[in-house]
Amino acid sequence: MCKIKKKRKAFVQQTDCVACGCCVKVCPLGAIQVVKGIMAEVNMEKCVGCGKCAKECPASVIEVREVEI
Amino acid sequence: MKKHWYDYLWIFSLTYLVLGFFNILFAWLGLLCFFLPLLISLIKGTKGYCNRYCGRGQLFGLLGGRFGLSRKKDIPLWMKSKGFRYGFLVFFLTMFFLMLWNTYLVFAGAQDLKQVVTLLWTFKVPWQWAYHGTLFHEAIAQFAFGFYSVMLTSTVLGLITMILFKPRSWCVYCPMGTMTQLICKVKNR
Ligand code: SF4
Ligand code: SF4
Ligand code: SF4
Repeated sequence: MCKIKKKRKAFVQQTDCVACGCCVKVCPLGAIQVVKGIMAEVNMEKCVGCGKCAKECPASVIEVREVEI
Repeated sequence: MKKHWYDYLWIFSLTYLVLGFFNILFAWLGLLCFFLPLLISLIKGTKGYCNRYCGRGQLFGLLGGRFGLSRKKDIPLWMKSKGFRYGFLVFFLTMFFLMLWNTYLVFAGAQDLKQVVTLLWTFKVPWQWAYHGTLFHEAIAQFAFGFYSVMLTSTVLGLITMILFKPRSWCVYCPMGTMTQLICKVKNR
């Protein structure tokens, strides 16, 4: 039987990201990085959806959502 | 998370602001916060300055976070819009060049040295206690007064938005942040 698992992950609304890196500093798992000084990107493998980055982001452009895996 | 030496650069930023109350000529040190971010973005194509070394950002993070001087509310939509961010950058640069022009006028002898710090581009605060003469041309001091005005103004704005919104709200519309991100966008296209 195939079980549908739900997990929480962080998503960055990249068009509005200011690439300040505040999220990077607070992620306990090093799951979020600023790529090329343009925007932040989440590593879906590492992210556990704790929401620390979302709380910290001064532009509030990170959202934690449930995803099916 | 391990602390690095650069996590303490907020001490530098704080010292800088304090020194300006004693001797305005220290304001020249602030050029570091102007050229380093630009150089890092131009050479490496990253926002390494914001992401690591910016003491001002750390200071807001500390005051608003650890010391709780922040409502921690979402910044209004218009403040993070491209229009406002780029608009503020243009305004900031215009005022910056105006400041350079005033320095030039003093240098050329067309204008006298004004021992004031201008807050929010409007309020002129007498600041003669921090000026004890200079060995160099008076224009050197004029630039220091002008540059310190820019630094203090941005700190005041940053503190206000820190209290109203999230600790590092200033980073959303910080001209240096916007400028370095733009450079990275162009460079890494
Ligand atoms: S904290 Fe927010 S704005 Fe800053 S880099 Fe991370 S996602 Fe982007
Ligand atoms: S939700 Fe937690 S684990 Fe995922 S990127 Fe944000 S801080 Fe890191
Ligand atoms: S956006 Fe401005 S204040 Fe924030 S880290 Fe970058 S240079 Fe510093």
